[in-house]
Amino acid sequence: MFAENYQISMSNSRRDFIKITSLSAAGLAISGKYLYSAHASQSAQQTLTESAAAEMVRTSTYCEVCFWKCAGWVYKNEDGNIKKIIGNDDDTNCNGRLCPRGTGGVGMYYDEDRLKTPLLRVTGEDGKQTYKEVSWDEALDFVAKKLQQIKAEHGPECTALFTHGSGGHYWGNLLKAFGSTNIAAPSYAQCRGPREVAFLATFGESLDSPEPTDIRDTRCLVLIGSHIGENMHNGQVQEMSDAIDKGAAIITVDPRYSTAASKSKFWLPIKPATDIALLLAWIREIINNNWYDREYVEKYTYGFEELKAYIQPFTAEWAYGITTIKPDQIKESAREMADAAPAVIIHPGRHVTWYGDDTQRLRAVAILNALLGSWGRRGGYYKPEKLDVPEYPHPPFPPVTRNWRMAMGGKYALADLALANGVCDATIPSPELDCNIRGWIVNGTNLVMTLPDKKKTIDAINNLELLVVVDTMPMEITGYADVVLPECTYLERWDDIRVVHGRVPNIALRMPAAEPKYNSKPAYWMAKELSKKMGLEAYFAWEKFEDMLEWQLKEVGSSLEEMKRIGVKNYPRTADDLYFTPGEEIEFSTNTGKIELMSTAFQGEGFDPFPVYTPHMEPPAGFYYLNYGRAPMHTFSRTANNPYLTDLMDENKVWVNPKIAKEWGLKNDQLVYLENQDGIISDFMVKVRVTERVRFDSVYIVHGFGHSDKKLSRAFGKGVSDSQLITRVLVDPIMGGTGMRGNFVTFRFDKESEVKS
Amino acid sequence: MREEIITSGRLNPNIDPFLQIWHWHIPLYLFLGGLAAGIMFFASLYTVLGKENKYRGAVRRAPVVVPFLLIIGLTALFFDLKHKLYFWQLYTTIRIQSPMSWGAWTLMAITPLSMVWVAIHIREFFPKWDWKFDILNEVEAFFIKYKKPLAWVILYFSVILGIYTGILFSAFNARPLWNTSILGPLFLTSGLSAGSAVIIMFSQRQKERINFAKIDIMLIGIELFLIIHMFMGFLASTEVQIEAANMFLGGQYTAPFWIFVVIIGMILPAILEFLELRKFHIPVIIPVILVLFGSLMLRFIFAYAGQMSRWLY
Amino acid sequence: MRYAMAIDTKKCVGCSDCVVACQTENNVPIGYCRDWIVEVTDGTYPQLEIELRSERCNHCDNSPCVRCCPTGASHYEAGGIVVVTHHECIGCGACITSCPYDARYSHPEGYVDKCTFCLHRVKKGQQPACVAVCPTKCMYFGDLDDPNSEVSVIMKKRKHKTLIPEAGTKPQVYYLI
Repeated sequence: MFAENYQISMSNSRRDFIKITSLSAAGLAISGKYLYSAHASQSAQQTLTESAAAEMVRTSTYCEVCFWKCAGWVYKNEDGNIKKIIGNDDDTNCNGRLCPRGTGGVGMYYDEDRLKTPLLRVTGEDGKQTYKEVSWDEALDFVAKKLQQIKAEHGPECTALFTHGSGGHYWGNLLKAFGSTNIAAPSYAQCRGPREVAFLATFGESLDSPEPTDIRDTRCLVLIGSHIGENMHNGQVQEMSDAIDKGAAIITVDPRYSTAASKSKFWLPIKPATDIALLLAWIREIINNNWYDREYVEKYTYGFEELKAYIQPFTAEWAYGITTIKPDQIKESAREMADAAPAVIIHPGRHVTWYGDDTQRLRAVAILNALLGSWGRRGGYYKPEKLDVPEYPHPPFPPVTRNWRMAMGGKYALADLALANGVCDATIPSPELDCNIRGWIVNGTNLVMTLPDKKKTIDAINNLELLVVVDTMPMEITGYADVVLPECTYLERWDDIRVVHGRVPNIALRMPAAEPKYNSKPAYWMAKELSKKMGLEAYFAWEKFEDMLEWQLKEVGSSLEEMKRIGVKNYPRTADDLYFTPGEEIEFSTNTGKIELMSTAFQGEGFDPFPVYTPHMEPPAGFYYLNYGRAPMHTFSRTANNPYLTDLMDENKVWVNPKIAKEWGLKNDQLVYLENQDGIISDFMVKVRVTERVRFDSVYIVHGFGHSDKKLSRAFGKGVSDSQLITRVLVDPIMGGTGMRGNFVTFRFDKESEVKS
Repeated sequence: MREEIITSGRLNPNIDPFLQIWHWHIPLYLFLGGLAAGIMFFASLYTVLGKENKYRGAVRRAPVVVPFLLIIGLTALFFDLKHKLYFWQLYTTIRIQSPMSWGAWTLMAITPLSMVWVAIHIREFFPKWDWKFDILNEVEAFFIKYKKPLAWVILYFSVILGIYTGILFSAFNARPLWNTSILGPLFLTSGLSAGSAVIIMFSQRQKERINFAKIDIMLIGIELFLIIHMFMGFLASTEVQIEAANMFLGGQYTAPFWIFVVIIGMILPAILEFLELRKFHIPVIIPVILVLFGSLMLRFIFAYAGQMSRWLY
Repeated sequence: MRYAMAIDTKKCVGCSDCVVACQTENNVPIGYCRDWIVEVTDGTYPQLEIELRSERCNHCDNSPCVRCCPTGASHYEAGGIVVVTHHECIGCGACITSCPYDARYSHPEGYVDKCTFCLHRVKKGQQPACVAVCPTKCMYFGDLDDPNSEVSVIMKKRKHKTLIPEAGTKPQVYYLI
């Protein structure tokens, strides 16, 4: 089947990282000018004519640049080229307004660095591993054969899926049909897991996405390390703006003067890693001053008296010594929240895996919300609703006896979703495991950059017999794959109906606005084709994907024709109200049926029933806390090569307080390396931004830069990667989240000297 | 600490990080225009004054270069245009408020006039010149007959051209360094100084040379006076103009300006010309070249520095 | 009729959506932009202030660019919108130099380009692309001569300023402060 001088690189051989450069010649030749010429055919003079826009046709989509999944319309110009994407007015996630990444989503389609055709790892006569361009048939044959081989030798449970984005559903179904439930999304244990577990433990409900925060009607919004506005969680940014218009008070807790901080009534420039102390002091202020919602607490909560007794030592003065926030500020800000209650939101944040005690920190957040009675109240948290869209009929999935949890030794029982790092751990052979995971399918997530402890990830990869990477762009993970399957962008494919929860149940349609470029294919097509080769086609029984959609839409009283026309359909709520009605009897899904201020679930697993403040390590002299965050124009590393978005921001800078800059003699835009306390030096140099916006004990960088894959022509070598510098992973004992704020960095001006010394 | 930054990555070519839309073309064009204006000013002035014979170098000889200067200048200007095929749009309208329009039309007038001027003095260089065609001879005769009115017209246009080379800059209030009305007189004086230097080179009579050396020394004196007062004006003005002046008073343009323009381009040639008046033997070409060099540098430095001076960021 | 824009610096988060929306709406080539975000930070940690502004051509009442244009390519449209007619522009750069806001640039095709307040959309009764897309709804566009327009109403309610009023350009993009 393959040319004779190639030998397919087989299991257990160490994977060389392959740079796909040899294949990029055609792509490079048209790079740079390409995007411009795509538009150049229409004279820009046209902007003054009226005809152009009127003739444009539009097709429905929902955005895939981030997890918010705003619905929109794709417009084409009269040449049939995709021109722009505009938000769908009926979509409650975006209200007709996409964020810069959604608007710039066009760039994903036009990006000339895209993965273009299936690639298979082969070893040449010289022993060098390279990728060979193969047909889809060849690539999928290889994957099917390898999966069957793993199944035969070790059992189907020895395979896993890592996923981010819409393709996960089809791959997930394939894997479940195959016999494995090791399906993990880094968005859980590397991001929002702790808050889900904390809210689940407290209110019996997790938050999910989008968070049901009633920001538009709030009177006080408390952000703890959450930088809304720099994270463009579209609906929340919009509602924060509405809240500002209505005069809501914002309280921001952040060592950095974030954009949100600049719009805040109170900015508490907290010492990094001390948030729990502040939260405990707030809880005490609110309880001891009788500022809590007495009726709500009595009616709905469990463990108030125990909490009150527990909280007594944590005075504002105590917290001052830890957080450096003055007692007055702590008291005044607590008063502000209480005055606004119940229209107050102590925001759970989203990426909350910081210091390994994150579930407890989020428990404190949940408790504070409960005390102020904001859960289920206007201006606090509303009751979201989601439409029930049935799955297309398929045979039941085979039962599974083994999964990744076996590698955890009974830990993290409270984790309600699979831990990506857990699956990664289960891949590395160990004496306790009777079978480690042998095959990975990685869909739309750059695992090497996403998981902390890059070395361990690569270690796991080197133990694989099969690594399939499905993506639109070449990323670091792509270089480790045995098979690379190029997915077409969201603008070129059908996908599942979007079903998200919100104030009203709703669905949105994604349909292709253009034919897939190059030799790329939709993930559903890959999964279905693969199912045929593996005898699992019964799980993908539909003929065409549109038929499946049509069936589903009929079930919910719509049709493909209608959805093509309207894009988004909102349904009436079945539950009467967005909020609890006064005096309503409510059974919460916790052990006690109440909001648990004292967590019986935690107690049951042997964890503290109340949040505990534990001091964390402090940076040694000359080192600074490494804080990282988002920029509004990028989604992690996946947008780092988008021509429109790199035009806005093509590198990150390291933010340095002027005092520190003076000590080190650093000037704006000076290039430095960052080195962490474990001696890891950044691959690339990063420019310094001297700014008052960052605290003197920490530096700040935007996450998602410092790409080392040369194939990303716009992103390669731009800025530094925080992931690379995060070597101390602080694992949350409760749910296995990977805290990533355990590292400190210092500045280096020269890399060589370190290597020599 | 105050930090004012563009965070959306604006990097428009030739605009960011600072304006650089005009390169060598414009200062060269302004230099050549000013030089041409200077030469034609003296040529027409001495004609109007009826001293044509005493100042043959100025009236008859030096102007021979003017059409070439203007054509080179116009070519440079043309190359500076980014939408070249549409250059003719310049001559579809007269925009009274636009210095560029003034310049285009002034050059449209003075370039042919300077050619006529050279034509009617062609026998200064080629005594046996014959136009071959009767019609041309008649045209020549016509212009020679009305030489004085012609000189008046040229005098008028040369002053406009000379001042215009400065006004082109000073009309932009967006560039604080340029936004001073002294720039017009300064560039006019500089053009006259350069013109008189070229005349010295072309002149064959010692007396004429000495006269123009005296004129040049006086013009350089005026230039220095204007420069000093320009900076006095800046320093007494708004913050942005103080900042603009500071580029020359300690900032990055200090050394080039004071060394190349003021010392080498003005003071040194003035001293050499003065020594010549005192009967020291100085090769005539040296002060001439220095003056031309200074005049060119003045425009280059002002063109680049002016684009760097701004209101924002 | 006097079109103007009012931008709320208290709501703007500097996300740059206006910049991308303008690029895709108006086919602005990659590497160029007609609008941009300025962030001004003042003070010393932790006493700080930030002003965020989405900036663009100010469509000045007294536009130096229109005044200095030698061909009339830069001109006022109805409602005071300053526009460059591309086929009359010679690319001399005078208008670029004349703009204290550096709002203009030289398009790779040779002519000078800048914000048009999305004249083609305004003529159809739509909002400029940047205003329509802004997630914080911090931009208001409309007719200042109409006392009931969104922009007139918000400007009556709020304190506002313009950029470099001392340049005498009478800018028509207002910043709510």
